[in-house]
Amino acid sequence: MAKVLMKGNEAIAEAAIRAGCLNYFAYPITPQSEVAEYLVKRLPEEGGVFLQGESEVAVGYMIFGAAGAGERVMTTSSSPGISLMSEAISYIAAAQCPAVFVNIVRGGPGLGGILPSQGDYFQATKGGGHGDYHLLVAPDGVQEAVEMTMQAFTLAEKYRGPVMILGDGLIGQMMEPVEFPDNLKTEPSNKDDWATNGMDTRKSKKRNLVKSLFLDPTELNNNNLALKAKYDQMKREEIQFEAYNTDGDYKVLITSFGTMSRVCRTAIDLLKEEGIEVAMLRPKTVFPFPEQAVFDAATKKSCKSVISIEMNMGQMVEDVERCVKGQRPVEFYGECGGDIPSPEKIIEIIKKMI
Amino acid sequence: MGKAFSKPQALSDTMTHYCPGCTHGIVHRLVAEVIDELGIRGKTVGIAPVGCAVLAYNYFNFDFQEAAHGRAPAMATGIKRVRPDLMVFTYQGDGDLASIGLAEIIHAANRGEKFTTIFINNAIYGMTGGQMAPTTMPGQRASTAPMGRDTDLTGMPIRMANLLSQLVTPSYITRQAVLKPQQVNKTKKAIKKAFEYQVEGKCFSLVEVISTCPTNWGLTPLDSLKWAEETLLPYYELGDYKIPE
Amino acid sequence: MQTEIKFAGFGGQGILLSAKLLAYAAMKQGSFVAWVPSYGPEMRGGTAYCTVVISDKLIGSPIIKNPTHLVAMNRPSLEKFVDDVKPGGIVFINKSLIPGGSDRTDIIKLEVPINEIAIKAGSVRAANIVALASFAAKSKLVDLDLLKDCIKGEFAAKAKIIPLNMKAFDEGVNFANNN
Repeated sequence: MAKVLMKGNEAIAEAAIRAGCLNYFAYPITPQSEVAEYLVKRLPEEGGVFLQGESEVAVGYMIFGAAGAGERVMTTSSSPGISLMSEAISYIAAAQCPAVFVNIVRGGPGLGGILPSQGDYFQATKGGGHGDYHLLVAPDGVQEAVEMTMQAFTLAEKYRGPVMILGDGLIGQMMEPVEFPDNLKTEPSNKDDWATNGMDTRKSKKRNLVKSLFLDPTELNNNNLALKAKYDQMKREEIQFEAYNTDGDYKVLITSFGTMSRVCRTAIDLLKEEGIEVAMLRPKTVFPFPEQAVFDAATKKSCKSVISIEMNMGQMVEDVERCVKGQRPVEFYGECGGDIPSPEKIIEIIKKMI
Repeated sequence: MGKAFSKPQALSDTMTHYCPGCTHGIVHRLVAEVIDELGIRGKTVGIAPVGCAVLAYNYFNFDFQEAAHGRAPAMATGIKRVRPDLMVFTYQGDGDLASIGLAEIIHAANRGEKFTTIFINNAIYGMTGGQMAPTTMPGQRASTAPMGRDTDLTGMPIRMANLLSQLVTPSYITRQAVLKPQQVNKTKKAIKKAFEYQVEGKCFSLVEVISTCPTNWGLTPLDSLKWAEETLLPYYELGDYKIPE
Repeated sequence: MQTEIKFAGFGGQGILLSAKLLAYAAMKQGSFVAWVPSYGPEMRGGTAYCTVVISDKLIGSPIIKNPTHLVAMNRPSLEKFVDDVKPGGIVFINKSLIPGGSDRTDIIKLEVPINEIAIKAGSVRAANIVALASFAAKSKLVDLDLLKDCIKGEFAAKAKIIPLNMKAFDEGVNFANNN
C-alpha cells in the first residue's frame, strides 16, 4: 500500500482496525480525541463497535468486559484519563485478559497541560494501579506507533494481559507519512480456554470464569507467580531497542525514548559534524527494559558518562542507573512544561559533559 | 413418581457463604430457575459485584466475570456491545450500585444497554460489616452511623427504582421483595420478564429486590422479615416503575 | 538537505490545510516530511501555526525554532515569527491584511494581496490557495503540477469548487513569477 500522510492519532486508529480490532470504547480528552473522532466514522464501515463511555473509570471496565468475553478491544486516552483507568488495568492484568491501551501523554501532575510530555513513564512501566503488575509498553513516532499498535494486539493475546502504547502529544498531533504493513495483522488467538464467550459458542459444558479475586493466600500467591512468569518471559522475548551511532568511539551515551529521542538524534548528527562522537541507546519497549543493552553501551571503553534525556523530571534515568550498576556516572536532563528541548540545548549540555 | 423438586441446572452444587436468614440464596435460585426456563444457560454471562455477592460466581453454573466495586454495568456494557448474542446480567448490592457505581448504572440505563440488573437492596453494607449505605433508613443504626442515620448530615435514602424510572430512555424498572412467599413468586415473574426483554433485545431492565440482612441489622431472621415489612416497604414501595412502550 | 516552513495566521485562514497540502506534495515527490501543528486552547481564536519539515533523510527533531521560510497570513504572526527566519529565507506576507512589512533586509520578501487575487478568481475563500501557490512558485520546493493534483485530491468530495481553486492557484503562481 502507498504511503499516506496522517496524524499520529488517526494513524493509531487506522492501525487498530488493520490489526483486526473492531471494538473501541473511550472518553474524550486532549490531545488524543482525534482517535475517537476517526473511529466513530470508520468502525461502522467495518461493522465494529464504537462507544463513548461516561468516564474513563467506566471505559476501563467496558474494555475489561469486552476483553473478558474474548474480543479484540482498544481504548485511547491521555494521562489524567489513564490514571482513572488504572483501576481497571490492574484488574485486567490480574484476571489475565488481553487489551490494548494507548496513552498519548500530556503534561502533569494534576491537570498539568496538554502539550507533549513523558511524565507517565513511572506509571506505565511500574504499574500505575495497585498490586504487582507491569504493562508491556512500546513508544515512538507515527510510523512506529502504527506498527507497535498493530503488534500490540498480538502481544496482548500472547501474554493475555494489557499492553500500552506510550506516545506523547507530539506523536498524536504530528502528521507523517505512514504505511500499514499487512503482515502485522494476526488472526485472533483461540480464547475458548478462558473467555466468557458463552458455553454454547465454544460447544463446551465447562463454564469459564474471569476474575481477579483470590481470597486463599496460596491461590493469590500462585496467581502472582503466574503473572511474574509472564513478565519474566517478556524480558526474555520482547525487548526492543535502537542503538544509534554506537559503532564509533563515543565519549557520551544518551538514553532517551519516544519523541525526545528524535531530538537527540539530530543533536548527535550535528555533534558528529563537529567531530564529537555521541551515541544513543533508545528503548523501544520501556517495559521490558533493555537492561543488558544499556549496560553494554554504557560500559564501552570509550564511553565516559551516560545522560538520560527525557521530557519529565527524571524517571527512566532510574532504570538507566539500575542497569549501569555504578560503572559510569549517570546524569539527567529533562524539561516537562510542554516545550520540547531543542537539539541546540542538548548539544550545549553534552559539550559541558566532555 | 417423578422428581418433585430439584436444583436448577444454572446453580452449582456449592454451599453458599451467606448468613442464616439472608435472602441472597432465594434470589440466586430465582435467577437460576429463570435462566433454565428460558434455556439460555449456554449463552449467559453473569457479572458479580463487590459486596456479599462477590462470590456469586461460585454458586452459578455458567460463564461469569467479576467486576470491581460498582463497575458491573460498565463491564456488562462491554460484553453486550461486542457480543449482543450473549445474555448478560449484573447482580449488585446497594453499596455497589447506589453508591460507588451510581454513574455506571445511570448511564448504562440511559443508553438503554440491553442487559439485566438484579439489584439487592437490604439497606446496609453487608460484606464490609454493616456500614451505612445510601439506602439505609433514617434513624437506622449502622457501624458508621452508630446513633442512627442522621438525614441532616447524610440526606434521605436513595430510591433507585424511582430514580432510574425518571430517565426518558425506555426500560423495565421494577421493585419487588422476597419477604413472603407471594412476593417471591412475583419477584420471579419480574426477573423472568426482565430476561425476556433481553432475549427480545428490547431494553435495559432492573429488578430491585427488597431483602434482609439479619446479621448486620442485629435481628433474628424472623424479626428481620418483620422489620423490613414495617420499615422498608412503606418507603420503598413495590411495583413496576417503568415498562417499555 | 532539510527545509522548514512555518505557516501562521488566524484560525480559519486555512493554514493547517495549506501546510498539509505542501507536505503531501513533498511526500509524493519522495521526500521525508513531518507536519507539526500547535494545538489546544491556542487554536481557539488566536494565532494558529504549524510547521512543515521537508528533508532528503529521516527527520530527527520535528521541533523547529528557526525555520527556513515563513508564510505569515496576519500581522501578529509576522511580528511574532519574522525574526526567527533564517537569513536568505522567503517570508510570505499576506498584503491584504498586513499593511506594513518587515525591516529585515537579509530575507526574500514575497508580498501578495491574496484576497484581491482570490476575489478576482471567483471567491475570497480561495485566498489560502493563492498564498500556497505563490509561495510554492517562489520557493520551488515542490513540483507545481503535483501540488495542484494534491489540491484536487483534497477537494475531491467537493468537486464543484475545484475549478475556482485551480484558477486561484494559477493566479497565485502568476503573481509570484511577475513580482
